[in-house]
Formats: sequence, structure tokens, C-alpha cells
Amino acid sequence: MEALDLARWQFGVTTVYHFLFVPLTIGLGVFVAGLQTAWHRTGKEQYLRLTKFFGKIFLINFAMGVVTGIVQEFQFGMNWSEYSVFVGDVFGAPLALEALLAFFLESTFLGLWIFGWDKLPKRVHLATIWAAVIGSNLSAYFILAANAWMKHPVGYEVTGGPGGDRARMTDLWAVLTNSTALAQVPHVVAGAFVIAGTFVLAVCGYRVLKERRTADPDRTVPMRRGADLTVSMWRTPMRAALVMTALAGVVVAGSGDLSGKLLYEQQPMKLAAAEGLERDTAGAAFSPVPGVEVPMLLSFLATNDPNAVVRGIEDLQEEYTERFGPEDYRPNLPVVYLSFRVMIVFGMTAVGLSVLGLWLTRRRSSTSSDGHPAPRGRALRRRAAGPPREVPAWFARACLLALPLPFIAMIAGWLLSEIGRQPWTVQGELLTAASVSPGVSLTEVAVSLAVFTLLYGLLAVAEAVLIVRHVKAGPERAPSVPPASPTGTGGTGDGDRTAVMLQPTLMY
Amino acid sequence: MELTTFWFAVIAFLWTGFFVLEGFDFGVGMLAPALSRDEAERRQVLGTIGPVWDGNEVWLITAVGAMFAAFPAWYAGLLSEFYLPVVLVLAGLIMRGVGLEWRGKVHHASDRAWCDLGILAGSALPAFLWGAVFADLLRASAPAALAGGVFSLSVCLLHGAVFVALKTSGPVRARARRTAMIVSVVALPAGVVALSGIPSAGTAVAEGGASPWLWGCALAAMAFLAAAVALTWRGREGWAFTATASSIALTGAALFGALWPAPLPGLTVAEAASGPYTLGMLTWIGLIALPFVLGYQAWSYWVFRKRLVAEVS
Ligand code: HDD
Ligand code: HEM
Ligand code: HEM
Repeated sequence: MEALDLARWQFGVTTVYHFLFVPLTIGLGVFVAGLQTAWHRTGKEQYLRLTKFFGKIFLINFAMGVVTGIVQEFQFGMNWSEYSVFVGDVFGAPLALEALLAFFLESTFLGLWIFGWDKLPKRVHLATIWAAVIGSNLSAYFILAANAWMKHPVGYEVTGGPGGDRARMTDLWAVLTNSTALAQVPHVVAGAFVIAGTFVLAVCGYRVLKERRTADPDRTVPMRRGADLTVSMWRTPMRAALVMTALAGVVVAGSGDLSGKLLYEQQPMKLAAAEGLERDTAGAAFSPVPGVEVPMLLSFLATNDPNAVVRGIEDLQEEYTERFGPEDYRPNLPVVYLSFRVMIVFGMTAVGLSVLGLWLTRRRSSTSSDGHPAPRGRALRRRAAGPPREVPAWFARACLLALPLPFIAMIAGWLLSEIGRQPWTVQGELLTAASVSPGVSLTEVAVSLAVFTLLYGLLAVAEAVLIVRHVKAGPERAPSVPPASPTGTGGTGDGDRTAVMLQPTLMY
Repeated sequence: MELTTFWFAVIAFLWTGFFVLEGFDFGVGMLAPALSRDEAERRQVLGTIGPVWDGNEVWLITAVGAMFAAFPAWYAGLLSEFYLPVVLVLAGLIMRGVGLEWRGKVHHASDRAWCDLGILAGSALPAFLWGAVFADLLRASAPAALAGGVFSLSVCLLHGAVFVALKTSGPVRARARRTAMIVSVVALPAGVVALSGIPSAGTAVAEGGASPWLWGCALAAMAFLAAAVALTWRGREGWAFTATASSIALTGAALFGALWPAPLPGLTVAEAASGPYTLGMLTWIGLIALPFVLGYQAWSYWVFRKRLVAEVS
């Protein structure tokens, strides 16, 4: 066992931890901001309660995203000092920009959001959560641009010097608009929305099941027609999450397809490994599961041409040996092969569930022909006239069960992306073995690996327990004060009274 | 000024901003148990940093990110050289972060106690270790590292106590002032020892003796520390906080002044630097973005400017 092996494990473990929490932060943040916007627009108190409820889950999770992220920022220098020295000129720039342009925004405005309920005018307060979530999404862009550069280095040249070779940036714009990044950013961010959507579905599914078991006072919003019918307050967030997941699923599939085509040009070894293709093949078949083959599909997916030649592992191995010198250029084949399939199948199952859910919970064809033409603003309410379908219990249960699927897909995607790139850290430029810190001992890496794994393990369990308890407890009771006027622009008027009541739950 | 010098100054500025801002966060985190008698008061104390601590922590992240971009070899050398202290710093920041974010969201008093423990340990570890790491970097000796650690720990305590006194009212405020006086018994002598070591340390000496302005910074830092204690004594909390902040800022200036031009043994700034293209691009983007960043951070301090009272819930 070498320090290199442990350093690899450490990187894998800490980034996977980071990435358990990060996608939920990205997607749920936007969802909460949307709920608060709905409250702001309509003044309906149930939106305020939902904002508080999901906002608190968001904050519990956000904490983990932050503390697992700090380690990321440091560990390139700690464990991968040779890598850092070689690429810092190019790779460091997006990281510095991420901190300056995204993290400051995110953290400062989130602080204002959490503590600003009774201090800021309502509209400004709403703007703070949007500023924070824009920060999260910007940070995703910068870090993914950095990561994409490792797969497809552009906008740089390698120059020699007293300290050895260095990659020097020649074109920042090229780095930030790397074709790989432009495919990867929508893929990962939309994947984050799938995760967040599925998470909200699971929460709503649980609450729906619970309110069926106990006559829950949350079901008190009376329908306009059919006097004895009531609508669950979980219907709206559930529908919103279904829409979000389904739309994001389309983006994920489209950008994933694009990523595959880029692999063909930029990282043929990864593509070959993902397909288990031994030799260069024209009209290559695609096998979704071992044993089943769809003729020519792989060639078509990779190039839009069913007869194109797709490179094979062994042929690439020979070519690379000639170009870069003797070395094993094959990544861990079973892992890459498997993670590709797990990503697609698990991820798209969650997306499929959301499409099914949209259909199941669609409105009954509405009987809303109440004759007179309503002004545009009424259009929404008019459509609401048809009584909604109940969420079937089995579907609510399925939502709960589906919760792990997109998380696993996300992790599998990273395994495909990172392990598939091996033995390179920077494709074609720098080998992983040459990236590690030379001065750091096995013991030191072992200590830090143990510290982080243990600490994160404990905290991940704690977070899960916290969230489960919070979901079980449900949203706070409706305040007895009449709800705020929706159009109030804030200040110290009556409109802030509910806001004041809101504060303690979101405070420390 | 040429770009490498400018970027060295930027990084000194970012680290110093981190010391000044997170300095009081660490202090408040360590003092919370001592300054409060019940849960309401505990929330009052932690509420002083609640809205801002994460933004303050990003000063560290930006400092480190900027080192990575502008001086990759400095970044890599510092972090791999001080590997285990950095692991402990990170472990501390992890515990502190979740402690602060979760303590209001847990359901049992015992869980809250865990959070409080995390905040305490997680504030003390980085407060001590950053001082020790930089002192060791300058003077490469264990006693110097210890002195540096004790100094930064005690100054964080002082800075935090003064901050709480400034931001609260009622019994907590009185307690914070008393605590500041007690802490100064350690902070002042530690300051004399650690600060007087800076101008005559490492690189500065190698470059032909300590420069007068390093001595100027170090002496002024000591003077501000003493002034802060006197001002706290007289109840001038706003000025006392200005004094502790100035003292920390001057300490940062002296520290990075002494690290110039070789931030690591055998590595000069010029050797560590990225190319002129990268530095130039970062300069432009930084110059455009920084005013906004400083502006909205200042605004958030303005929004939360009122003194906090203990709320009975
Ligand atoms: C696709 C998105 C994405 C990816 C690939 C990464 N991160 Fe991350 N990171 C985020 C998206 C994100 C985020 C959503 O913006 C977080 C989560 C919680 C937060 O505060 O911001 C975050 C937090 C976060 C923080 C704490 C920020 C704070 O205190 O506010 C740091 C220092 C990093 N990250 C650094 C990294 C590094 C060095 C990565 C590369 C290995 C990395 N992240 C991968
Ligand atoms: C953004 C910059 C990133 C850099 C510089 C980077 C670099 C590396 C390096 C140096 C390794 C160790 C070599 C190895 O695979 O053995 C690695 C592995 C890995 N990384 Fe990345 N990576 C980045 C982003 C990410 C992200 C955001 C994730 C998300 C989860 C991730 C997931 C992984 C995984 C799962 C491994 C495999 C660990 C292993 O092979 O043992 N990486 N990466
Ligand atoms: C919800 C479902 C999915 C999730 C959560 C997901 C997640 C991810 C993640 C996190 C990565 C690593 C980052 C990157 O390299 O872009 C990745 C890579 C990739 N994904 Fe997906 N993915 C999903 C569905 C799909 C689908 C449907 C396809 C194909 C049509 C696809 C094709 C790819 C490819 C080719 C890569 C490798 C890109 C590279 O390494 O450069 N993914 N995925």
C-alpha cells in the first residue's frame, strides 16, 4: 500500500461525500426560493408553511455541503501537490473565481435570508434567497469547468522552467467555454434537480401517507366545488416536484447524449471502457445489459452515424503506448462499465417515475366552463376548477422507495467520469501517479483518511436522522394571526407579523 | 507594481481579512459556554455571529483559492508541508460549521450539547493552529509555534469577547466585558512575545535584517492590543473592537511582510507565481468583483447592526 493509493481513496471518499449533499443544496435551494416566491405572489399561508418546512431541511443539508466542501479546497494542495503545481495556473483560476464570485454570494445572502425575516422588507428578503441559489449554481459552473479541463484540457500550453514543466493558461475564455464543460454543467446541474425533485417527492409521499392514516388537520383547504372534498397541502409541492424532475430529466438525457458524443472525440478510452469494446469496431452495437445487444446503436449514439468506427480498448492501449510510452492506459473496466449502466438506469427510473406521477395526478378534464371570459390573470384559477385526482397510495409509497435512486446514479456518474479517466489526472498530460504529494507519508494520509471518513460518516448519519425527524414532525401549525397581505412590500407594517413568527425556527 | 507583488499583497489582504473576521467568530464560539447561563443567553451570544460566520469563512476559502491560482507552488507547499495541522484545522471547521447550523434544529438538549461541543472545539482548533502554523513557518521552532498558537488563540478570545460586548445588551454584555479583561492577562504578554518575534524572523533576516516598517507594524499591533483592553475597561466597546481588529490587521501585515519575498523556505514569490496571463485575467475580474463583494458583506453587517437581547422562548 502506497500513499498514492490512500490519497486516491481519500479523494474519492471526500468528493463522494461532498456530492451526496451538494446536489440537494443546488436543487432544493431553487425549490424553496420558488415556494417563497409563490407565497409572495399569492399570499397563501400554506406556501409560507411549506417554505419554512423545506427551508429547514435545505439548511440542515446545506451545512453538510459547506463543511465537506472546505476539505475539497484544501486537499489538492495536501495530497496532490505535484498536480497542483503543474496545473495551478489553469485549474486554480476557476477555483479562485468560484470562491470570489459564487461562495461569497451564497454564504452572505443565505445569512441574510436565515436571519433577515423580520429585518428586511419582504421583497428584499425574497431576493436574498434567490441571490443565494444563484451563487450555488454559479459555483457548480466554475467547479465543473475546472473538472472538465482535466478531461479535455484546452486554452493552455506546457512550458518548461526551473521547477519543471508547468501548464500555463493562454485563454481563460476557452477554459470557461470548454465544450466538455458546456455538456457537463447542464448534465450535473440537471442531475441535481432530479435528486432534489425526487427528494421532495419522497417527503410529500411520506406526508400524504401519514395524513391518510391520521385525519390530519393539514387537509383543511376547502375545495371550491364539492363541499366535502378537501385537498392536501402536499399536492402542490408534489406536482411542482414532478414537473421539475421530468423537465430536468429531459436535460439530463440530452446533455448525457452530448457527453457521450464528446467522449468519442475527446476520451475514447472512457467510451470504450464504458462499452467494454475490445477492438476498433465499425457499426458497433450497444448492450444495455450484458448479453443483450442492439446492433449499430453505439456507433449511432457516439457519432449519429450507425456505421462509424468506435475505438476499442486494446487498440487504444497500443496507440497510447506508442505515443506516451509504456504504461497501462486501461481504467478499471468493470467499474466503468457498471457505473455507466447504473447511472443511466437508476437515474432514468427516477425520471420515469416523475412522468408517471404527472399523469396520475393530472386534473380531471375540467368542467370549468362557467361561461364568461375571465381576464388573463384568472386563467390559472379557472383551470383549478376541475377537482384534482387523489395521489394513489401506491404511488406515494413508490416515491419513498425511489429516494436513493438518483443519488446512486449521481455517484455512479462520478465514478464513470473519474475512474474512467484513469490513469490520467489531466487527460494526455499528467498521470495520477505523478500527481501525488511526494513529501507526504503513508501515515499522514492514513490519519487524514481516517479522520475525514469517521467524521463524515457520523455526520451523514446525524443529518439523515435530523431530516427524518423533521419530516416526521411535519410543518409548523398555522399561525393564529391572519396571514400577511400578499402585496405588502414589507417595512414594519402588518405584513411582517407572520414573518416575525417565522423567525425562531430558522434561527440557530 | 508588478503583478506578482500585487498578488502577494492580495493574498496577504485575504488572509488578514480572514483573521480579522473569523477571529471574532472563533472567539465567540469558544466563549459561548462561558458567557451564557441559559439557552436564551446562549442563543443571544451565538446570534451575534449567526448571520455572518459563513461569509467570514469564505475569506479563508478565497485566500486559499487565490493562492492556488496565483502561486500554485506556495499553495501546494504550505498545505502538504503542514499536513497534519491542516487536517486538524479542517476537522475543526467541519465540527464548528455543523454545530452552528444544527444546534437550532435538533430536537433534544443532549444533541444540542453535542453541537455546542463541536462549536467549542471547532473554534479552538483553528484559532490555535493557524497561529502555530504561521509562527512555525516564520521561525521554524517548536517554542515559537507554541507562542504563536497561544497568541492567536488568546487574541481570538479577546476579539470575540469585545465583539459580544459590542453586539449584546444585558447580563451577557457585562460578562463579556469582564471576560475580555481576564483574557487580556494572557493575550498581552503572548502578544509581546509573538509579535516581537516576527520582524527578526526567517526571510526578513535573510534579506538583510528586519525592516523598520515590520517593527512599526508589530509595535503598533501591540499598542492596539493594549488600547483595546483600556477601552473595554472604560466601556467604549465600539472603539475597543476597532482596536482589536486593527491589531489583528497589523499582525497580518507584519506576518506577510516578513514572508516576503520567500513565503516558503527556498521558494520565492517569483518562482511560485503563475504566468502573467493568468495573473492579469484574475486582476481584472477581481477588481471588478471585489467592490460588490465588499459592498454586500458590509450591507449584511449593517442589516444586523442592532444589539441582541436574550429572548425568552
Ligand atoms: C456541481 C456542483 C459542485 C461540485 C462539482 C463541487 N462543489 Fe463544492 N459546493 C457546491 C457545488 C459543487 C455548492 C452547491 O455550491 C456548495 C454546497 C453547499 C455550499 O455552500 O455550496 C459547495 C460548497 C463548497 C465549499 C464551501 C463553500 C462555503 O463555505 O460556502 C467549498 C470550499 C467547495 N465546495 C469546494 C469544492 C471543490 C474544491 C470541489 C472540487 C473537487 C467541489 N467543491 C466540487
Ligand atoms: C473539480 C476538480 C476535481 C479534480 C481535480 C479531481 C481529481 C481527482 C483525482 C486527483 C483523483 C484521484 C485519482 C484516482 O482516481 O485514483 C480523483 C478521483 C475521483 N474523483 Fe475526482 N476530481 C475532481 C472532481 C470530482 C468531483 C466533483 C467528484 C464528485 C463526486 C469526483 C469524484 C471522484 C471519484 C469518485 C474518484 C475515484 C476515486 C478513486 O479512484 O479511488 N471528482 N479525482
Ligand atoms: C438522472 C440521471 C443521471 C445522472 C444523475 C447522471 C449523473 C452524471 C454525473 C454526476 C456525471 C459525471 C460528470 C460528467 O462527467 O458530466 C455523469 C457523466 C456522464 N453521463 Fe450521466 N447521469 C444521468 C443520466 C445519463 C444519461 C441518460 C446519459 C446518456 C444518455 C448519461 C451520459 C453520461 C456520460 C457519457 C458521462 C461521462 C462524461 C464524461 O466523463 O466526460 N448520463 N453523469
